[in-house]
Amino acid sequence: MNDDVVIKVDLVSKTFRLPHEKNSSLKGLVLNFYKGKRTYETQQVLKAISFEIKRGEFFGIVGRNGSGKSTLLKILAGIYFPTEGEIHISGRLTPFIELGVGFSPELTGRENVFLNGSLLGFNRKEMSSMYDDIVEFAELHRFMDQKLKNYSSGMQVRLAFSIAIRANPDILLLDEVLAVGDAAFQKKCYEYFMELKKNKKTVVLVTHDMGAVRQYCDSAIMIEDGVIIKQGKAEVIAQAYQKLFATEAEAAMKKEMQFKTKIAKEDRWGSGSLMVDKSTINLNDDEVTISVTYIANRKIDPPILGFNIYDSAGTDIVEGNTQRSRKKTYPMEPGEKVIIKWQIPNIFKDDSYNISLSCCDQSTVNFYDWFNKANSFTISRGSPTAAIVAPKVTIKSYSKINGSAE
Amino acid sequence: MFKRIFSKKNRVLLAELVRTDFKLRYQGSALGYIWSLLRPLLLFTILYLVFIKFLKVNYGVPHSAVYLLMGIVLWNFFLELTAGSIGSIVGRGDLIRKIRIPRWLIVVSTSLSAVISLLLNIVVIGVFMTLNHVAVSVDILWFPLILLELYIFGMGIALFLSAAFVRYRDVTYIWEVTCQALFYLTPLLYPVAKLHWPIIREIIFLSPLSQTIQEARYTVVTKQTYTVFQAFHNNLLTVIPMAITIIVFIIGVTYFRKRSLTFAEDI
Repeated sequence: MNDDVVIKVDLVSKTFRLPHEKNSSLKGLVLNFYKGKRTYETQQVLKAISFEIKRGEFFGIVGRNGSGKSTLLKILAGIYFPTEGEIHISGRLTPFIELGVGFSPELTGRENVFLNGSLLGFNRKEMSSMYDDIVEFAELHRFMDQKLKNYSSGMQVRLAFSIAIRANPDILLLDEVLAVGDAAFQKKCYEYFMELKKNKKTVVLVTHDMGAVRQYCDSAIMIEDGVIIKQGKAEVIAQAYQKLFATEAEAAMKKEMQFKTKIAKEDRWGSGSLMVDKSTINLNDDEVTISVTYIANRKIDPPILGFNIYDSAGTDIVEGNTQRSRKKTYPMEPGEKVIIKWQIPNIFKDDSYNISLSCCDQSTVNFYDWFNKANSFTISRGSPTAAIVAPKVTIKSYSKINGSAE
Repeated sequence: MFKRIFSKKNRVLLAELVRTDFKLRYQGSALGYIWSLLRPLLLFTILYLVFIKFLKVNYGVPHSAVYLLMGIVLWNFFLELTAGSIGSIVGRGDLIRKIRIPRWLIVVSTSLSAVISLLLNIVVIGVFMTLNHVAVSVDILWFPLILLELYIFGMGIALFLSAAFVRYRDVTYIWEVTCQALFYLTPLLYPVAKLHWPIIREIIFLSPLSQTIQEARYTVVTKQTYTVFQAFHNNLLTVIPMAITIIVFIIGVTYFRKRSLTFAEDI
């Protein structure tokens, strides 16, 4: 291995066994064994990954959720063992990948400092000498004798970070450390990272944050479905990652737009077993005639056909269907068409009207087609009114009533 | 290898884990650490009253009370060591999933809690011995070695059970029942010397528990204790319980090492 290479990942694969139903009992084990059933499926999370990290490199691992990047980091940390392949690491590694691991909520801040320090390999004496600096850095003087469960999450992270940076390892592994903490804390992290860079420490950072990748990382890899799909300078990877999301967002948006225009054009829903094929409207002063052609796409029992007429405000003015009109309908074969003509007295006032056409089965639960704004018509008699409808009003008689004096 | 196992890092972590365990155990209780002495003292008093005063259990040996206590203390140690360790790996799942520490360290830290309890109990036994005017012989020097054998036997089981528990939660119940059987297989409440059939005595003394407990009574309490050397007249057979101890330990360690590779995924 080259002297400059501190981490060498060689064809590492990781396969998880995912139990179908977690067999936490012997009975289940015995039963399944007896039946000869496979009780798990395997999922290959990492597929023969190889890369090298050089001494002093700030190395980013980026990828989407579920791409395998955290698994990779856990393998580097020695928490998981690779199913295949090998990892060579030279130098001391941080033993943890998250801040605050091993904190005990029932212990005080002070006790947790010593406990956490022991995870880094510091004994009580060494921790005592560092204790004041840690508290200083975390800015938690007043809280050290309180139980950790009473700390806010931000305070916990501050304390954990302050201890973690004492570890002084050769290689630092970090998983999404920048996601937590307020602006002031992030500034501290930033300063710490800059110092690490200056001191030529090797850092492996797993993150979604391309800002962090650009700012700190020298080089990076992008993982997708367990394979490295791109490897190179941080800027190149950051761009590739954002592009990956941009193209995906674009495609998703396009799809949605198509859907929306379709919906806007044709506001309809239903199973489609029977569909409105076309419709025409005939108007005269006395009547409105709506002719609708239906086409069957499947063999169906006698359906209910119907319509609704809405005014421009969306008020349902008239409703009609074959059941209400006590009209028997025909059962239909695929491809068969029917035509129905509705006649409605022209009671409509000056306005524009939309017609919804529909068809459903006799239970009126399963709709074959509900077609909003299937057709429309406008009435303009030149006599607007505030009333809802304007049926023809005629005067039957008009006369003076005489003879009262008689 | 020993250098690696007892590295500074491991020692520091072990000490801190044990300290945390101990701290958390008596947290929220008014008497605190006093309980760790008071509890065995009170339990022994009850045992003494029930078995020695009322039931008048006759072991056929002098210092019956201390004789009884010694058995109970070692039995409790074994029980705490094994049953207490079963959930140790699963209980520390947060550590195992996020940090690289030797997994056995967790089981050992739990076992050390049991060792601390044992040492406190031995202090209480010492008190009872003084009250009973038990004469101490030079044989008491064997006592630590006997305890070590019991610890190794218990550790083998603890490692096996804690690793198996990660996969099969039935382990708790199985072990509970097994312990119940072991309790009666161990001559705690009955005088083994008075059992009629030699074959039963031999079966009883196959168990490292019977062997260590009787030898502890022999070296500390009274020379009239019936030990493995009387059960098996052939001296070669007397090593059987010790061999079993070593075999159990090796099986436990081997199984634990194999399973520990996937603890982080399985928990």
